[in-house]
Amino acid sequence: MRHVWRSWPGRLGIVLVGVLLASAVVSLVWTPYDAKRVDPTQRWRPISWSHPFGTDGAGKDLLSQVLAGARTTLAVALLTVLLAAVIGLTLGILSAISPRLVGESIAHLIDVLIALPTLILALVFVAALGGSVWTVSLAIGVGSGVVLARVVRAEVSRVLTQDYILTAASSGSSTWRTVWRHIVPNIAPTVIVQLSLIAALAVLAEAALSYLGLTPVSTPSWGRMLGTLQETITVHPGALVFPGLAVVAATLGFNLLGDGVREAVDPRLRGRAATASPVFSSVVDQIEDPAVVPVTGGAGE
Amino acid sequence: MSLLSVEDLTVEIGGRRVVDGVSFDVAERGRLGVIGESGSGKTMTALAIVGLAPDAATVSGRVRLDGSDLLGRDDRGYAVLRGSRIAVVFQDPRTALNPVMRVGRQISEPLRLHRGLRRRDAAAAAVDLCDRVELPDPERIARAYPHQLSGGQRQRVGIAMALACRPELLIADEPTTALDVTVQAEVMALLSQLVVEDGTALLFISHDLALVSGVVDDVLVMRDGGIVERGPVAAVTADPGHTYTRQLLDAARRTSLPAEEEVG
Repeated sequence: MRHVWRSWPGRLGIVLVGVLLASAVVSLVWTPYDAKRVDPTQRWRPISWSHPFGTDGAGKDLLSQVLAGARTTLAVALLTVLLAAVIGLTLGILSAISPRLVGESIAHLIDVLIALPTLILALVFVAALGGSVWTVSLAIGVGSGVVLARVVRAEVSRVLTQDYILTAASSGSSTWRTVWRHIVPNIAPTVIVQLSLIAALAVLAEAALSYLGLTPVSTPSWGRMLGTLQETITVHPGALVFPGLAVVAATLGFNLLGDGVREAVDPRLRGRAATASPVFSSVVDQIEDPAVVPVTGGAGE
Repeated sequence: MSLLSVEDLTVEIGGRRVVDGVSFDVAERGRLGVIGESGSGKTMTALAIVGLAPDAATVSGRVRLDGSDLLGRDDRGYAVLRGSRIAVVFQDPRTALNPVMRVGRQISEPLRLHRGLRRRDAAAAAVDLCDRVELPDPERIARAYPHQLSGGQRQRVGIAMALACRPELLIADEPTTALDVTVQAEVMALLSQLVVEDGTALLFISHDLALVSGVVDDVLVMRDGGIVERGPVAAVTADPGHTYTRQLLDAARRTSLPAEEEVG
């Protein structure tokens, strides 16, 4: 964490994700108003001390709704990342270190699964299983997990050709120990960047699905807020600002955090952060690193 | 009985015989040099002995360490030997160390694996080993990452790691080729000193007959996967029997002579 704080994309990422985390935790015990309370006397209130983010057409407090929505966003992001990491690392590592026939079968399976667009997969899951935080995470997690698997396979194959893997084997390290101690740490920077992109993708996908009304009304959600509020965008555009900013901040936060962690994990990059152009390094890395390009799968736009 | 005995070792990759029926023995505390140009199969011989030949390779023949067979063992069967009884120092110290792991942890990895040392004891042992390979400021180096060390220092780390468990046999695969000449001499001196101190048998692989002659007793000359000449190092250098050996010697003289003239 100390190393992450040192670079400034990392610092901004920690702050933004920290705010998200704090909002989610705070909303569990306290929100200024009940996020679901309809108050006909308080419709379309502008920003004020009693309603810092204003109110919507039903008189519900927007700050309370944004705080409660942070919970959903965070839950989806974490679940998705966890699922994607498990699927991506397991399939990717297995396909790279298994004997050729098995490995290539797994690789082909990955390619077939990648062909399914993530957001369509999410719609199918929602239709089949009903909309919920779990379904959204499951869909995005599986969808981006297989994409991650392909990146992991390529990265592990690269690391396997390195002499230090031979050195580890010649020191008596078994295959699984070598995977854990030598391969995983060396692919970690790439995986972390991918996972941060997946977290950001999950935030957007959850917003998109609830914007479309595919998640239950009882779950507070930024996407649902935006969906409802956009109906009156010409009359009350100001009400959309804060939920919109929340989505942007969460997405940006995960991206920057991933960037910061990547630099902290790789000892060769430590201390370089101050000299690189920090704001754009996240974007530039995505462009420069060919492994990152195929990740989006068209979701979230 | 000899410590390592290799009989009719053959390695085929994609139908091509890169090692073709090689047989030799290394006695306990014996020091054998394997000489040959690149592509002569000398590295593949070494990798096949420790079971690290690439997956695409078919290895046949017989390799015995202290009488027990090595070929055909599974991953685990080899893992218990590697690093504890047979250790390897690789050619390029720039790539032979894990870039994201502290040097001390890498040096002590064989000790943790084979001697079951705890993390703290292993860390202390790593510092001792750094000291043993004459690395300056061992405490600091044990905490460093490979990219913070010079090529010579990294190769010393490689040697420290290989000798951590005091193996019976050390295979050194061109350990000084990637280093510059002065560092080369220091590393060679260190290696031969440590091998003698520990009573470790040495299989030294190189293309440089002159370099090898200082550390080994006997040499094998390999070409195109086969052995063309073998014998005590003094005899081979004084009176090479095979034209190829003569060529290697001439090549070594040609590259070293002008340097001597400059010095004189």
